[in-house]
Amino acid sequence: MQQIPKEMFQPVRAELSEAEKISKPSLSYWKDVSIRFRKNKLAMFGLVILIILVFMAIFGPHMTKYDYATNDLMNTNQPPSAKHWFGTDDLGRDVFTRTWYGARISLFIGLAAALIDLCIGVIWGGIAGLRGGKTDEVMMRIADILWAVPYLLLVIILMVVLGQGLGTMILAMTITGWINMARIVRGQVLQLKNQEYVLAAQTLGANTSRIMFRHLIPNAMGPILVTLTLSIPSAIFTEAFLSYLGLGVPQPLASWGTMASEGVQALQYYPWRLFFPATFICLTIFAFNVVGDGLRDALDPRLRK
Amino acid sequence: MLRYISRRLLYMLVSLFLIVTATFFLMRAVPGGPFSGEKKLPPEIEKNLNEYYGLDRPWYNQYFDYLVSVAKWDFGPSFKYKGQTVNDLINEGFPVSFFLGMEALLLAVSIGILLGIIAALNHNKWPDYGAMVFAVLGISVPSFIMASALQYFLAIKLELFPVARWESLQHTVLPALALAATPMAFIARLTRSSMLEVLSNDYIRTAKAKGLSKGQITVKHAIRNALLPVVTYLGPLSAGVLTGSFVIEKIFGIPGLGSQFVLSISNRDYTTIMGVTVFYSILLLAAVLLVDIAYGFIDPRIKLAGGKKGE
Repeated sequence: MQQIPKEMFQPVRAELSEAEKISKPSLSYWKDVSIRFRKNKLAMFGLVILIILVFMAIFGPHMTKYDYATNDLMNTNQPPSAKHWFGTDDLGRDVFTRTWYGARISLFIGLAAALIDLCIGVIWGGIAGLRGGKTDEVMMRIADILWAVPYLLLVIILMVVLGQGLGTMILAMTITGWINMARIVRGQVLQLKNQEYVLAAQTLGANTSRIMFRHLIPNAMGPILVTLTLSIPSAIFTEAFLSYLGLGVPQPLASWGTMASEGVQALQYYPWRLFFPATFICLTIFAFNVVGDGLRDALDPRLRK
Repeated sequence: MLRYISRRLLYMLVSLFLIVTATFFLMRAVPGGPFSGEKKLPPEIEKNLNEYYGLDRPWYNQYFDYLVSVAKWDFGPSFKYKGQTVNDLINEGFPVSFFLGMEALLLAVSIGILLGIIAALNHNKWPDYGAMVFAVLGISVPSFIMASALQYFLAIKLELFPVARWESLQHTVLPALALAATPMAFIARLTRSSMLEVLSNDYIRTAKAKGLSKGQITVKHAIRNALLPVVTYLGPLSAGVLTGSFVIEKIFGIPGLGSQFVLSISNRDYTTIMGVTVFYSILLLAAVLLVDIAYGFIDPRIKLAGGKKGE
């Protein structure tokens, strides 16, 4: 064994004041969340896909000299080529242009439905949770009864009655779509409303809406954000599903759903007409799902499995 | 338990009443009567038709009649198919849809659970990643795209399965697979996460400590507890399979109730849309109720009678 000279040993003096020092800079909750989110490769991949999709939805339709609605009956059902990057459909319309034009509509429907769900859900769930007692009982009973109504069936019936269109589709989707959000918000508010800072705010004379929007909602933002992110793909899916039943946005408007449903009919001979819209539907749903999962893990690491 | 069931039944009836009422008034709000087609009917015939179907009576009478006939399980005549009632259409199409749905359900549950267990037992190894990639794909691909892809590659290109129609068991494979894909993925994810949670419990360590083999622990202790969340998913699962069948049956040309429903939507056959919607709603509400009651029996820790007050 090697001999170590005694001089090399030095006592380390524990400084009491040093022990209390925080060596790392303190992170705010959202900084912490963003660090955790950025470590999640799959979620970052999803985010990149989403950014590209949004970029293409904005600029894609202008990248070609074609218009989404102009027929070109001399060039119908062309396979993908240098002239038509994604080919053309049965009326000779450029599929590339239509795909990115459709991205606008599909993403718009997804975002709009999710945001309306958010507004109604936050207000409904917030009031039910904050008021409690009879109000809560009655409001949640109404939500329970509506919740029991099969979602897609109701949406189909409404679309049949209201007629096809962008607005009616969003309306049909949100008529019971907000309930999930309302339940989440109510659960959060019930948990948070007994915290000391709410009592402090009440003591300082803050009114109900201030407590609600300045104290409770910001603290419940995590679960709300996750629910929002995960409800967008389901709205996009519903749009595609309705289009497939012939209840989508009317022609010549293009959405991924209507394009895919037309593509299915031509599948045997012109498979690219299904391939492009279908791929982007799947990619979008995939991206929102992994971003939502990533957000959930980042917001609450205890939930990570 | 009995109190819980009767309360749930009451809520179910209220929901059903709401659905029937909503469909009735929504269908009445549609512009144009059922006989206002391209060809204008002579007024006498239209009057007779209206009398025959009771459309000349005031709306509250019609509404009341409809409620009574739904309670008697009678959904009235179809407006597009002469001489056929909505009940006929349901009796004709539903057995086919039921068979397809059950096959898909069985596939989804069995393969989903299996994948989930394999993934959990090999946590963070390649079978886990493989199963989860599969699950994410299954969730991201809508059923009608899955159906078209399966049809294109397995039936048209490789000719492994019949392309469409409903004749032999071989014909049922692709539609059932397409219908089962998304729920299968959900179940795999659900099983995996609940299995991982169960495996980290103390009683698993106890079982290990007393010398049980890995297989015995998995089968006797882990799986039984891990499957509880899967049971709760059976309610939404049946809804998914049911609505999924609309498009799947259409794509594969299956003469079930789902494709009938889609046809009645494009035909604007309002009584059929109404009848089938109510029928499906009853089915789904009953399924959800059954699942909840079954859950109460399987997992005695759930207190049913207290309701949701203490959440």
